[in-house]
Amino acid sequence: MSKTNSPDAEHDYSGGLAVIAADKIQDPGLEPHRVRMTDKSKKHEKAASRQVTAMFVASAIGSAFAIYAYFAFPLTDDLGSVRNNTVLLGLGITLGLLGIGIGAVHWAKTLMPDNEVSEPRHQTRGSEEVRARAIEIIKLADSESGFSRRKLIRRSLYGALALFPLPAIMLFGDLGPNPGDTLRHTMWKKGTRLAKDPTGTPIKASDVTIGSVFHVIPEGLADLEHHKLEEKAKAAVLLVRLDPADIKESEERKTWSYDGIVAYSKICTHVGCPVALYEQHTHHLLCPCHQSTFDVTDACKVVFGPASRPLPQLPITVDAEGYLIAQSDFTEPVGPSFWER
Amino acid sequence: MSNAVQAKKGGFLAGTANYLDERVGVAGILKEFGRKIFPDHWSFMLGEVALYSFLVLLLSGTFLTFFFQPAMTPVIYDGAYGPLKGAEMSIAYASTLDISFEVRGGLLMRQVHHWSALLFVAAAGLHMLRVFFTGAFRKPREINWLVGFVLFVLGMAGGFTGYSLPDDLLSGNGLRIIDGMIKGIPVIGAYTSSLLFGGEFPGETIVARLYGLHILLVPALILVFIVIHLFMVVIHKHTHYSGAGKRDDNVVGYPLMPVYVAKAGGFFFIVFGVIMLIAATITINPVWNYGGYDPSPVSAGTQPDWYIGFLDGALRLAPTHLEVTAGGVTWAWNILLPMIVGVGFLAVVALYPFIEAWVTGDKREHHVLDRPRNAPTRTAIGAAGVTFYAALWAGAATDLIATNFKMSLNQVLTSMQILLIVGPIIAFFITKRLCLSLQRKDREIVLHGRESGRIVRLPHGEYIEVHEPLDAHDMYKLVDFADYKPTLARPNAKGKITVGARVRAGLSRFYFEDRISPVGQIELEAAHHDHASELDAEAHKELTN
Repeated sequence: MSKTNSPDAEHDYSGGLAVIAADKIQDPGLEPHRVRMTDKSKKHEKAASRQVTAMFVASAIGSAFAIYAYFAFPLTDDLGSVRNNTVLLGLGITLGLLGIGIGAVHWAKTLMPDNEVSEPRHQTRGSEEVRARAIEIIKLADSESGFSRRKLIRRSLYGALALFPLPAIMLFGDLGPNPGDTLRHTMWKKGTRLAKDPTGTPIKASDVTIGSVFHVIPEGLADLEHHKLEEKAKAAVLLVRLDPADIKESEERKTWSYDGIVAYSKICTHVGCPVALYEQHTHHLLCPCHQSTFDVTDACKVVFGPASRPLPQLPITVDAEGYLIAQSDFTEPVGPSFWER
Repeated sequence: MSNAVQAKKGGFLAGTANYLDERVGVAGILKEFGRKIFPDHWSFMLGEVALYSFLVLLLSGTFLTFFFQPAMTPVIYDGAYGPLKGAEMSIAYASTLDISFEVRGGLLMRQVHHWSALLFVAAAGLHMLRVFFTGAFRKPREINWLVGFVLFVLGMAGGFTGYSLPDDLLSGNGLRIIDGMIKGIPVIGAYTSSLLFGGEFPGETIVARLYGLHILLVPALILVFIVIHLFMVVIHKHTHYSGAGKRDDNVVGYPLMPVYVAKAGGFFFIVFGVIMLIAATITINPVWNYGGYDPSPVSAGTQPDWYIGFLDGALRLAPTHLEVTAGGVTWAWNILLPMIVGVGFLAVVALYPFIEAWVTGDKREHHVLDRPRNAPTRTAIGAAGVTFYAALWAGAATDLIATNFKMSLNQVLTSMQILLIVGPIIAFFITKRLCLSLQRKDREIVLHGRESGRIVRLPHGEYIEVHEPLDAHDMYKLVDFADYKPTLARPNAKGKITVGARVRAGLSRFYFEDRISPVGQIELEAAHHDHASELDAEAHKELTN
């Protein structure tokens, strides 16, 4: 190739698997410019120029209207005022913006030259001369600093550079405490009354009719000064009364329910959403986030969806006054799975 | 001296220009960039939309920071929104309500911010698809593809961190899901969750932490990567579509000044204006309807913002009972598998340019874009990827599809699971065949001209449709594309056929076994010759009859 003689020759790259056709159809060059109406007719040019001006004027009107709307439509206790303020202020600003935008684009498309121009483009890689100089600079820097030569300096620098970010990582240690066994325990303990969410009034067994469902929190949760939501996020329970004949109970859990009343953790064993939807005729609990479905009659085993483990059951009974109480905490961690559970 | 005199003559503008040139060398900058050529095509505006939505995000977001308080301390609400008066909620949620109901234009700005965030990720995604399907990621732009990919991921990160700030019921459940996913990570899960939330979920710190990320770190990173992205566009100069006069060693289009200053500058205002129009008229994220975050209630039909949908869908599509407990530890595969699928999909997207470059072995620079049909296998892979993403995405709406179309949730989910596996394969084959057919049609048109719709009866009774020959410029568009042929696995210098060589040969077969070459000059002339003799014969017949 003749162009390799010149120092500025573009590099020849391998085409790999490309087939470079010898008989490629010849490039006829750029298409001839198509003349627009605004180029050949004074009338059209004037019209376009008027349209652009009109757009810019409309924009100014829009902006002025937005300022007017800011004062003319204040916010009051009436929620309708929020809508008026949002819509009218917004539409004013919209006109202010679109007027400028459409005007400018229309200007460019109708009145500015639309002749396509071709400009040369060079390969990204530097010319041989430039590359040689770059290598020369690197070599010079290396010899002047002795980077390659002074092994001890270089290696100790690597060591220092490897260690210096570590303190920064350590600094994040106090972002949160070690989880410890917090994930294994909830507020429930022996004798805690089951209370309605969110009022906190205790629930009598006699108030729970067949087929009814209660969203339950431990009594006393509403009065917590601190960590109310953290406790609630673990202790939330769903209470359902079933016909005892419908319940399939294992021997060890026979005593965990009271007269057909069963209590299960409301926190999904998938990723922790509240399993808040109860379908009465199938006795299924459905998580609205990812549709894991649990069968209340069968120890809340998973019948559908991405969850794997049944919802943990809260062993319950009644106290002397007839209020539902917990026999103990849950016997397994509630909520999403984690490594050590 | 003479400069100063000239400046005086030119008045204020010239004076300013002179002042700036003598201090920041503005003349040199203008000389370099003022008449820089940019090619014109509607699809090049998608990236612009993303850029401008980001600017709108910065503007509206800064406004919101003046009013928003990122604290989770519980307060009793006593603001303008009646239905929630007296309710206990976090300061963050209360200040979001205040922005919506007590700051003039506050709700408007919240909606501008939310809509432009949705638009930013959408435009970035469409821009990526444009770059993918036209092969704009090929050398020398592979690294810029990665930069763009990082921007897309940062966009999702910015979106999610912002979505969580109002501390409403919906976003709180979103965080709950994140917490559940983090806890499912082997070994470090529970610790990581505790570090992130400052103790047990939800804690009182997460909103403030996400706020720091959302208003400082993420936007700063996005800004840096946008600068790198655009810097590389300047270095490479923009690609252009194949067509007459457009080559790898030139760039064809209009000059920056004045055409693109007006067009792109105007387009910023149009994008901003359209976002403003949507924000003024269409409610988004009405947090006052949801209430503050409480771990116990949740409403049916919970949905993340659209760009997180594919990850949520991945979670939903995991089959039941994947979790394994062995040796006292829990492998939550129902969480890990979706995470691997989501991250794996993104990884393939990020690495695709390098995979294709390795298969083709093409080291040339490409500045002329492919028409999607002219790279059938790539286009088919893209269609498969889009289908895969769409199946995951639709998976996040299984419950809504089931309730709206009165179908069984179980069947919808099973269909989605099947679609996720089978859909991409079907999409691949259909797309590839479509591309090849379109290429054949192009050849047909080049060789025999366009069907004119004019039917002519020849003297001997035969009917023919007259084909009009193509204009040279139109024709060139149809024949100018890169053509590759598959290679065989060849032994290396030691005479061994390596595994890498085998894989590469296999992949090159997969890519280029079915290939349609562009029409060449010889072929074209032969076809014209046929036509010519046909017409001669007809003319002869007509004369003799």
